[in-house]
Amino acid sequence: METAIMPDAGFLKRLDNEIKVNVNACYQCGKCSAGCPMNYAMDLTPAQLIHAIRLGLKDLVLNSKTMWLCSSCQTCSTRCPQEVDIARVMDAVKIIAVAEGVKPQVPKVIAFNKATLRNIKWFGRMYELGLICDLKLRTLEFFKDLGLGVRMLRKGKLKLVPSVSPGRTLATMSIFSRVSNKEGQTKK
Amino acid sequence: MTAKYAYYPGCSLHSTAVEYDASFKAVAAKLDIELEEVPGWVCCGTSPAHSTSHLLSIALPIKNLALAEAAKATQMVVPCAACYSRFKFALYDMHHDQKIGDEVKEIVGSSFQGNIKVLHPLEVIAKLPAAVLKENVKRQIDDLKVVCYYGCLLTRPPKVVRFVAGGQTPPEAGDDVEYPTTMDKILENVGINVLDWSYKTDCCGGAFALSETDAVLTLTQRILKNALEVGADAIVVACPLCHANPDTRQAEINAKYNTNYNMPIYYFTQLMGLAFGYSPEEMLINKHLTEPALLRNVGKEQSRMSW
Ligand code: SF4
Ligand code: SF4
Repeated sequence: METAIMPDAGFLKRLDNEIKVNVNACYQCGKCSAGCPMNYAMDLTPAQLIHAIRLGLKDLVLNSKTMWLCSSCQTCSTRCPQEVDIARVMDAVKIIAVAEGVKPQVPKVIAFNKATLRNIKWFGRMYELGLICDLKLRTLEFFKDLGLGVRMLRKGKLKLVPSVSPGRTLATMSIFSRVSNKEGQTKK
Repeated sequence: MTAKYAYYPGCSLHSTAVEYDASFKAVAAKLDIELEEVPGWVCCGTSPAHSTSHLLSIALPIKNLALAEAAKATQMVVPCAACYSRFKFALYDMHHDQKIGDEVKEIVGSSFQGNIKVLHPLEVIAKLPAAVLKENVKRQIDDLKVVCYYGCLLTRPPKVVRFVAGGQTPPEAGDDVEYPTTMDKILENVGINVLDWSYKTDCCGGAFALSETDAVLTLTQRILKNALEVGADAIVVACPLCHANPDTRQAEINAKYNTNYNMPIYYFTQLMGLAFGYSPEEMLINKHLTEPALLRNVGKEQSRMSW
C-alpha cells in the first residue's frame, strides 16, 4: 500500500512565523543526528525531524518525542554545514505542539517547564525546594530524588524558605502578563 | 587598576552553587576585579522559558541587562553557562530582529540601549596577563591532576556567544568551539596539573536534572568515564549545572552501570582560590556531595604541600 504524503502548508507557515529558519537548506547529511547527545532516546533523529517538517508531516512531527528530549545543547546548530538552526526548530516545534493541544509524548518535561515558569513568575527567582514540591504534586513521583534532596538540604544547598521580594515578584509578574498579552495579539 | 563589573549570580549561585559564588568573589578580590550585584535581578528564564515562549526567553534576560545598565554598568559577569547562553541569545536576537527588539522593549518597559557586554568569569580572568595570575600564587597544589569540563553552552553556537572573542575590542579569534583551552590555560598559570581529554564540550543533560533523570545518568557517565580513563583525579567546571549532575548523580550511576566512580567535581575558582592561599573551608570545598577528600586538607599537611 502506498502512503500518501499530505503536506500541511499551515504548519510550515506557523513554523515560519515562529522562527526564521530555512529548513529547506538542509541536505540531509546527518551531521546533526550524529553529534546529538540525546539521539539514543529519540524516536526521530534530528535530521529525520527536519526532513519530516519539510514534507509538512505535521502529525508525525508534533507527536514525536524528539523535541521534548532535546537538551538544547546547541551542538547540531553549531555543526550544521548548511547553517540550519536545528535547536531553534526544536523549540518552535515544542511551542506549536503546546499551542495545538497535542498530548506530549514526554509529559515529565512539560511538567518541569510549567513548574519552573510558575516558580519564576511568583518568586522572581528560582526557589528549588518549592519547584521540587510542585513537580512532585504534578508528576506524583513523591520518592524520586528524595534521598538526594535530603543530602542537598544537609549541605545547605537548598533553601527552606524562598527569598521573597515584592518588587521582584511584581517585575516578573508584569513581564509574564505582558508577554502573554502580546502573544495573544499576534495570534488573532 | 581595578576592573569594575556588574555581577549577575543567577539562581544557582544563591542556592546549589554557593561555593562557586564565594570562590569567584574571593578570587576576584585578589585580582582587583570589582563585582557589583545587579540590584533586583530576576531569573533568566532558562530552558523552560525558551521551550515555551520565544518572547519570554528574551524579555527576562533583557530585564536584567536593563537593570544593570540603569546601575551604570557597561559589562556584566555571568558565572552560569546556561544563564550566559540566554543573555547572549537575547542580545543576538534583539540585534537581528527589529520587531522582537521593539516588543521586548515595550514589555520590559525601559529604554534599553543594548551597549552592555556579557562576560563569563573565564573571559574576565583570561583578559589578565599570565604574570598577574602567577604572582598571586601562594601554594603549590601538585598532587592533583584535573580535566577541564566546559559543557555544551559556553562556546556554542559561536556566532551567538563568541566565547572569549566577545569580550575583546576589537574582536579577536576567540576560543575553539569544540576544543576550548581558556580554562586549561588559566589553571596551568596558577600551577594546577591539567590533563588533555576529549569530552570538554559534551552535554551532561543539565536541563533534564529533575525531569529525564535517566538521560542525565547516561550522558554524565560518558564524561566521568573519559575523565577517569585519562587519569584525572577530578573534573573542573565553570558552570553550576555542569557541576550539579556529575557531583550529585555518581551514586546512581554506580548503581546503574556497576561502576565505582568517586570523582570530585570542583569549580575552577575553588582551585584558583586554594592556589592563591585561601583555606579549603573558605573555598567551601565541603559543600560537594562527592567526597572532596583530596583537597580537604590542603594547607594542613605542610609536609606534602610546598608553600
Ligand atoms: S546537519 Fe544540517 S544539513 Fe545536515 S542533516 Fe542536519 S540539518 Fe540537514
Ligand atoms: S540541541 Fe537538541 S537536537 Fe541539537 S544536538 Fe543538542 S540535544 Fe540534539
